[in-house]
Amino acid sequence: MKWDWAFVWEIMPQLGEGVIVTIQATLMGTVLAMVAGLALAIGRRSPNRWLSRPLGFAAEFVRGTPLLVQLYFLFYILPDMGLVLSPLTAGVVGLGLHYATYTAEVYRAGIDNIPRGQWEAAKAVNLTMRQTWINIIIPQAIPPMIPALANYFIAMFKETPLLAAITVLELMNQARSIANYHYKYVEPMTLVGLFFLAVSIPSVILLRYLERRFAPQGRR
Amino acid sequence: MEQWSGYIGLILSGAGVTVKITLLSCALALVAAFVGGMGRISRHWPLRWLATAYIEFFRGTSIFVQLFWAYFVLPLLGIPLTPMQAGVLALGLNVGAYAAEVVRGAIKSVPREQYEACTALNLTRFQEMRHVILPQAFVLMLPTFGNNAIELLKGTAIVSLISLSDMTFQAQVVRVQTGSTAIPFLTILVIYFGLSVILSSSIRALERHLSRGLDVTKA
Repeated sequence: MKWDWAFVWEIMPQLGEGVIVTIQATLMGTVLAMVAGLALAIGRRSPNRWLSRPLGFAAEFVRGTPLLVQLYFLFYILPDMGLVLSPLTAGVVGLGLHYATYTAEVYRAGIDNIPRGQWEAAKAVNLTMRQTWINIIIPQAIPPMIPALANYFIAMFKETPLLAAITVLELMNQARSIANYHYKYVEPMTLVGLFFLAVSIPSVILLRYLERRFAPQGRR
Repeated sequence: MEQWSGYIGLILSGAGVTVKITLLSCALALVAAFVGGMGRISRHWPLRWLATAYIEFFRGTSIFVQLFWAYFVLPLLGIPLTPMQAGVLALGLNVGAYAAEVVRGAIKSVPREQYEACTALNLTRFQEMRHVILPQAFVLMLPTFGNNAIELLKGTAIVSLISLSDMTFQAQVVRVQTGSTAIPFLTILVIYFGLSVILSSSIRALERHLSRGLDVTKA
């Protein structure tokens, strides 16, 4: 068994195509998770129990079951219901909704951490609800959320190989098809691992910076 | 209708495999977490360095890549593993790396005075850890360990991709044989959810049991 550099250069272009799909899936999943997570967080705060309870249960359910099974579910069941999604779309929807249940918790914690006094002060100076949210609550709630959100986006990036199971040709799937075709596993699998390290080590460093930068006041 | 009972049996046998992998990997993860976490706060730099490398490596690469590496590449390096061994090894070490950070955080959060009191009582470093620090730190670790265990349970679904016949694998078998997708997948989603509820409630019970009589500040 030895490392074959010529083979490495030969398969690089094909792995590169996989990298692009991996990054696309991560970015689109991130956007969906941010938006759907916010909607979920707001829905769970609703005073209407018929909305907040089922949403809460659905979020718990999604968080307690494997993403892989959810992806299969989307990929195989939606076509039965007449909604044919491309594998990548189904994958992005699965990733985005799964992580939305996590980001919703981050939003919730961020909003709950605003001291009561801020709400009361806003009311005392006669701000409308809209002004309170836009000028008082959101500007204070967002910065502490940033490290936690970033953490989930890195986690999501590391989960994208699951999309290979529903035939998305992302990095892992490209590596697998190369490996099966040439019957050489060492180089493609190791390169995929190195790629993930190459992205996640800088992102961990960035995350530590974000944590320092946006640390809550007084604990800085 | 008769055939469904056979399929349910198939899925339940898969659930047995899922539970087995979860328990074995949890055991490995617990050991890895304590070795890694205590290694990171060791006084000896080679240990610290090794533990950091382990943690960053396993947290930095995807569990999926680690599993495939364990299953396809290790045999070429002369370490043949069964799918079960590869699954437990990858899942255990992966979740262990996340849990190691929890161990480190919890040990660090035990107040300074506790350490000073140990020095004052002339306890050895081992006695200090065993009798004073860890019993207090362990209670702090439990809630996050619970989350890690659920992540692990969810992670076991991917071993179906290295042809281990866990619950997800069996659901695929049922799907191929019956052509019905919704029923097998909904069934296993419900079972997974049930398992994660059992897991989290038993951790919570353990937490209540262990924190009895301890004056811990809840984080």
